[in-house]
This record gives sequence, structure tokens and C-alpha cells, in this order.
Amino acid sequence: MNPRNAVVVGGNRTPFVKAGGKYAMASAQDLLTAALDGLIARFGLAGQQVDEVVAGAVLKHTRDFNLTREAVLGSSLSNHTPACDLQQACGTGLEAVVYVANKIKLGQADVGIAGGVDSASDAPIVVTEPLRKALLALSRARSLPQKLSALGKIRPADLMPVPPAVVEPRTGLSMGESQAMTTKKWAVTREEQDQLAYESHQKLAKAWDEGFFDDLVTPYLKVAKDGILRPETTMEALGKLRTVFGKDDPTMTAGNSTALSDGAALVLLAEEEHARAKGWPVLAKVIDAQVAASDYVTGSEDLLMAPARAIPELLKRNNLSLQDFDYYEFHEAFASTVLATLKSLEGQGLSAVDRDKVNVKGSSLAAGHPFAATGGRIVASLAKMLADKGPGSRGLISICAAGGQGVVAILEA
Amino acid sequence: MNALEMIYGTPAGKFVAKKMGLNEPPKLRRGRTMPTGPVVLGELDGGGIARETLSLLGITPGQPLLDVADNRTKDEKGRAQPPRYQQKPGAIVIDATGVREITQLEGIRQLLRPIMRGLEPSGRVILLATDASEVEGLEAKAVAQGIDGINRTVGKELRAGSTSNLVFVKGGATAQDLASTMSFLLEGRSAFVSGQAWRVGPAKVQHEVSPRPFEGKVVVVTGAARGIGAAIARTFARDGAEVVAVDIPQAGDALAKVANEIKGSALQLDITAEDAGEKIAKHVARVLGAEKKIWAIVHNAGITRDRMLANLDEKLWGSVLDVNLAAEMRINDYLLNNDVPGGLADEARIVGIASTSGVAGNKGQTNYAASKAGVMGLVWAMRDELADQPITTNAVAPGFIETEMTGAIPFLQREIFRRTNSLSQGGNPVDVAETLAYLCDPASGGVDGQVIRVCGQNLVGA
Repeated sequence: MNPRNAVVVGGNRTPFVKAGGKYAMASAQDLLTAALDGLIARFGLAGQQVDEVVAGAVLKHTRDFNLTREAVLGSSLSNHTPACDLQQACGTGLEAVVYVANKIKLGQADVGIAGGVDSASDAPIVVTEPLRKALLALSRARSLPQKLSALGKIRPADLMPVPPAVVEPRTGLSMGESQAMTTKKWAVTREEQDQLAYESHQKLAKAWDEGFFDDLVTPYLKVAKDGILRPETTMEALGKLRTVFGKDDPTMTAGNSTALSDGAALVLLAEEEHARAKGWPVLAKVIDAQVAASDYVTGSEDLLMAPARAIPELLKRNNLSLQDFDYYEFHEAFASTVLATLKSLEGQGLSAVDRDKVNVKGSSLAAGHPFAATGGRIVASLAKMLADKGPGSRGLISICAAGGQGVVAILEA
Repeated sequence: MNALEMIYGTPAGKFVAKKMGLNEPPKLRRGRTMPTGPVVLGELDGGGIARETLSLLGITPGQPLLDVADNRTKDEKGRAQPPRYQQKPGAIVIDATGVREITQLEGIRQLLRPIMRGLEPSGRVILLATDASEVEGLEAKAVAQGIDGINRTVGKELRAGSTSNLVFVKGGATAQDLASTMSFLLEGRSAFVSGQAWRVGPAKVQHEVSPRPFEGKVVVVTGAARGIGAAIARTFARDGAEVVAVDIPQAGDALAKVANEIKGSALQLDITAEDAGEKIAKHVARVLGAEKKIWAIVHNAGITRDRMLANLDEKLWGSVLDVNLAAEMRINDYLLNNDVPGGLADEARIVGIASTSGVAGNKGQTNYAASKAGVMGLVWAMRDELADQPITTNAVAPGFIETEMTGAIPFLQREIFRRTNSLSQGGNPVDVAETLAYLCDPASGGVDGQVIRVCGQNLVGA
């Protein structure tokens, strides 16, 4: 039996926008359904059954316990399409692609859809712990005095809703604060960071102008283009922004850090022969993937640099060197994440990456970063770039995630 | 909505409007529905093709009444009245294909007079005549045109949503060639087509009529995200087509909704791109399979950039001509000249959208009128250019159609434009769609190089 290949057929995403902006009234499920319907339309899948749809969200309501299945039921796919939620912080989207690709390779599926969604606007807001305990006591109470006693324990402050915090539970540090430590440790300069951010905007703007996203994005709620993109920004403008993370000699600004964003992105994957039989485009094969985690808790390692552990393992298993790629997609959680990761890889004896091949169509600093949607955005864009480049061309994806994790993968046209 | 429009919408407003002669317009019979009453056939000397055509459609026609002296009755005031049908006919088909002399036109009068107040609502008068180019002698040629004068006037005199149309039969056309046209005219599909005349000749490849003519066939519709384009996509899908819905990327969400609703596919594409034709073919091959071919392409995408010519610059001029005419020509050119996967079928149908503005001109629309009259010119030229191929090229010219675009016209102007036609109402997007679907029907191979107005017999340019 020939080995089964999992290939990227195409993708679709909503434009990404700043949290609290144009999608403020849309739920994560609305966004995921919209991305799904756009993908269905692009490939004429309405009414059809897909073997599995896998997606997730980082900021997730309890009501979204079956987010992806509910999105499928709200979409034009056949109701016989099963779905699964998966969650690995910002690695969610890419991990979903890996999950579906593996099922395809194992023969458990021929066609699957993978990706993710996040809405920082639709973040779950919960009640305080004292209020939750008091309400539990109230529900257990049988007599009136017991009920009054339970209610009496509630203090006015307990009634305040608790918004979600983007902090690491183990360190109590926000992601930006953690990254500020990494930035300092790896001696990444403000100018390097601003330069990366500037280029990200320039490259993404050019890709939009060239129509690169015409078959990768479907407008949503009258938004037809990524809302965070600033084609007109300059190094001077970025240089004037005040720093927001880090204490002494800080370098990180809102310009070289990703903004909280809303959006959804999905990828259509299929077994290669199955795709060819349907006449579907075979953009790129999903070759291999690797996850790793860093020990950031003790402070000996960095929160967002687990990809620097995962990449060498992935290269070794595939007998590849870091130079054997036509394109690199390093997710820009922060400009300094990309720069520190590159420095770390080079420090490990892997020779330098050609910077002209990194994030050539822009990345998260310009596009935005709805956490779980980033993997789908990157996989679809990279697969299209590789298909344009031609057979044998190869791309490396690196995505860092909360909890000191990293997901990396290789695609090949 | 302005104050006048609000008042007009109230019961009191409606009462006043009625007193002023603005009645609620008749509700038209639409869709693939036949008239309820019988189809009556009036066969004049030398005819015969109409009976054969009706027979192909499974219709056994009823007998007509003739308005001759013997058949008249007297009313209570002693005035002679034409004979009355026991049951109101749903349609009358008049086969005048043998009529060559002025005196023979009397036969048409005899058939029509009892019908004029005797048809059921949304009834049909269908005239068949031999095309002037096929008859000998001055009188016969003048008579052929004379029949169109009857047709156009009957369209204006008929009431309650009834229509009149004329088919000029060209040499060599058989009943099989006429069947799709007869079916279209009888059914509700032709609701908003009235007072029109067009030509049907012999098809290069004949097909039987079918209620789902596009089963398994690929139909590309540009500008499909909304309005008339969305209705076109839905109508072709109803009739079995695998629709490729095309619109600009900015309209992608509405486009996806249409595509998913009809189980078609969406292609986000600016049709003015140089490689638009190639992208369309590639999409067809990718989504529907490399062996698939485009049966029909509906060039519906269009824009308006209205200004009086005194205020019209080269940008507003150029964009309208590029989208409405040049893009269509580039796409046709690629598809006709490249035998690629997902390309044009050997016996394809190409249809475009002209406009009454193109026929008659319209203030503030020089650019639009140029592009739309250009579409008509293109249709006629392509008929000749592709004369040796079974490909057909046709267009429709819509009048006032109820869309978001016409909804933006100021109320009074809109109400006037809407009502100044024989059916006293605006058409629906589906009326344009039905006519395009008829032109693209496999059984319509004999309909080539025609521009059919879907305007309810609008006064403009008629």
C-alpha cells in the first residue's frame, strides 16, 4: 500500500480585526461559522459531509463546550459532519491541522477541516469565587434561614464580574511581561523589533494589493481586509511609540507586539489521491510536526521559545538542515519572539536563516493574532506560497504558545 | 423613505392613489407554471408549426372563437358583442406563419377580439409569424412587420398581467426549435416580457425541452452576490445547474451565502483582471473536476457611475465600460480560444445584460448606455462571428427591476419609472433570470443573436 499523504487543498479566514472593534458583537461561534461557510462556498461543499472538522478557541465560554460541532451545525455542511474541539493555546490552529493530517495519513479520514477562532471581544466574563460559593450554598439551602445566611455572605465587591486575565498562572506574569524578560536576555534591540514590525506591515499590505488573499479570505460584517494592517506606518512612527512591557530600558511597544484580535481561520485538508481525483488543488503536503515545551516556570528558560526546542528535533527526524527551506513562518507573537528564537537556533549551531525568506507575506504583527486562528492563517498562506513556488519547495512553521509550549511543522509542495 | 412614500403606504394613501388611477398592480403568474385555463390555437392559412410545437409540449389546444358577424350577440342596448368563451382561456397561440397579404391580417383580428377581455389574469397572447427575410415580395415583408404592430398594441391593451409577444420564425426552423420558446412564453417564466418580438431559427444541435434543463451542467454567473445576479444563480440552480457564483472579493460574504444556499461554489474575482477568464476555467476544473466544461456563462456583473456628461471624467467613464463591456469581451475571448480543463463547452451559451438605457439612452448615463448598447452590438457581432459553431450569444435588456439599485431612486421618479409599462409595475430580479435561463436552455439552440427586453413593455425606447 502506498503511504497516504495529507495535503493542504485551500483555506479561508475572516479578515482579522482589533478586539472590541467591528466584530465586537460577533461570538466566537459566529466567526468560526462564517469562516467555515466561506470555505464551503469556495470549494462547493454545501450539503456535503466532511470526515471531521477540528478547531478550537483559547478564550472560550462554557456555552461553547461543543464550539466546532455547533459551528458545523450552523454552517452549510451536512449535519453528518462530526467535529471536535481542540485547545493548545496559540498552538491550537496548527495543532488542529496536525491532528487532521495525522488522521488522514492513518486512513481514518479522507477530507478534514482544521483551524481555530478567537474573539477577545467575546471573552468569557465570570463571577467571583465568593459569589460562586455563596450561590452554591444557596442552591443547597433548604430552609429560609439557611438561604438568608447564604445570601448574607455575599459582599458588594463579590458582585463585580471578573474579566479573563492573559497571565500565566504559574508565574503571574502577563505574556508581554514574560516576553520582556526574554527580550532583555537575548539582547534584542528596539530597532530590530521595529524593523520586523515595519516589514510585516509592508509585506502584508503588498500581499493584499497583489490579490494574494482573494482566495484565502472571505469578508465578514462588512470588513474586507485585515483591520490592524497599517500600510502607511514608518520606522519613525514605530520608533515614537511608548514602551508597554518591561521595566528598566524597555523596548517593547504596541507596535512591535500583537494586538488582541478577533477572527477565525480554517484549512481544507485531504488525502492526496482523494484530492487529485476531485481535481482539487494540491497546494502542499503536511510532512511532519513536532511539539515541545520549555521549563519557563523555574525561570531557566523562556516562556515563548519552545519552538527553539522543537525545531532541531523536527529537522533531525527529517534529515533536514535549517537552510533547507524556501520559506519560514515564525509567528510574530511579539517581534522579539521571532528575533530571540532565531538567535537561539543560530546559537545551537544551526546556521543562520535567510531573513528574506521569513514571513514573506507578513505575519501576526500586521495581520493580528486571534490566538487559535493564527495556525490556520499561516498554514493556508504558506501552502499557497509553496504551490506558487513549485514542486519540492519547502516551508517551516513555528508557533509559540502559552504555558511555554511550541508547535512546529514542515509543509512541502 | 420620504414623507410622500410613507403616506402612500397607508390605507388612506392607497385609497387616494386608487382614486387617482394608481391601482394596485396585478400580481403576475411566475415560475414554471402553466396557465390554468385552456391554451387556444388559432391557425391561419399556411400555418401548422404551432400545433406541432404545442404537441411536443404535450398540449392539445382548444378551439378559438372568431369574431365574425354570425358569432356576435347583442347586449341589452342592442350593440353587437364578440363571442364569449365559456371558460376563460389561459393563452391564445396565433399561427400566422402563412400570412403574406394585408387582407389576411383580418384573421388575426378575428382571433384576438374575443380574447382581449376574455383571457384569465396573467394570460398569454403568442403570435407566430414568418420572418420578413424569409418571404418574397414587398407586401409579404410589410405584412410581417405589420404583425409586430399588432403585437405591441395588444400588449398595451391587455389587462390583469396578460402579455403579448411575437416569434418570428426563420427558415428551416422546426417545431423542435420552437418548443423552448413556446414553453417559456406560456409559462410564468415570461411574466415581465411583453410587447417583444424575437427570432428563432434552426438549432445546430437540437435538444428536447426539459423541466430541469441544466441538470449536471456548469453555469457561471458574474455579479452573483446580490440582486439580479443572486436571482440568476438561484434560478439556474432550481433548473439543475451547478452554479459558479462570481463576484468581487469585497462581496465575498454575500457571495458565499448565495453559493452555499444553492449548493454551488463561490469565486471571489475582479472580472476586470486580465486573467479573469483563466481564473474562471481553473475554478471550474478545481471545484467541479477537470473534465467539466462551462455550459453557460452569464455576464451579469455591472456597475453604474451616473453623471451628466458635463460632469463626467475619464475615470467614471472608463470604469463603467471596463466592467460592463470590456471585461466580458476579455473573458469570452479567453474561453473561446483556449481549450482548457474547465473551459467553454463546444455548444455553450453566452449571455449578457443590456439595458433599456442602452436601447433608448438615459440622462446621466452616457457611460452606462455606451456599455449596454455595446453589449447588444457584441451579441449581434458574435452571432455572425460564431456562425459555424453551435455556440449561441444572446442578451436581455431589463427595464425597471425591483432591486437595491432601483430602490435608491427618489420615490416619485421611481414610482413613475416603475409604472410606465404595460404591466404597471416593476419586474422582479427573477424575471430577468428566467429569460436568461430560457436563452441558455439546451433546447434554445435556435435562439441566437437576440436581445430580449424584460421590461413589461416599458415606454422607454419601445
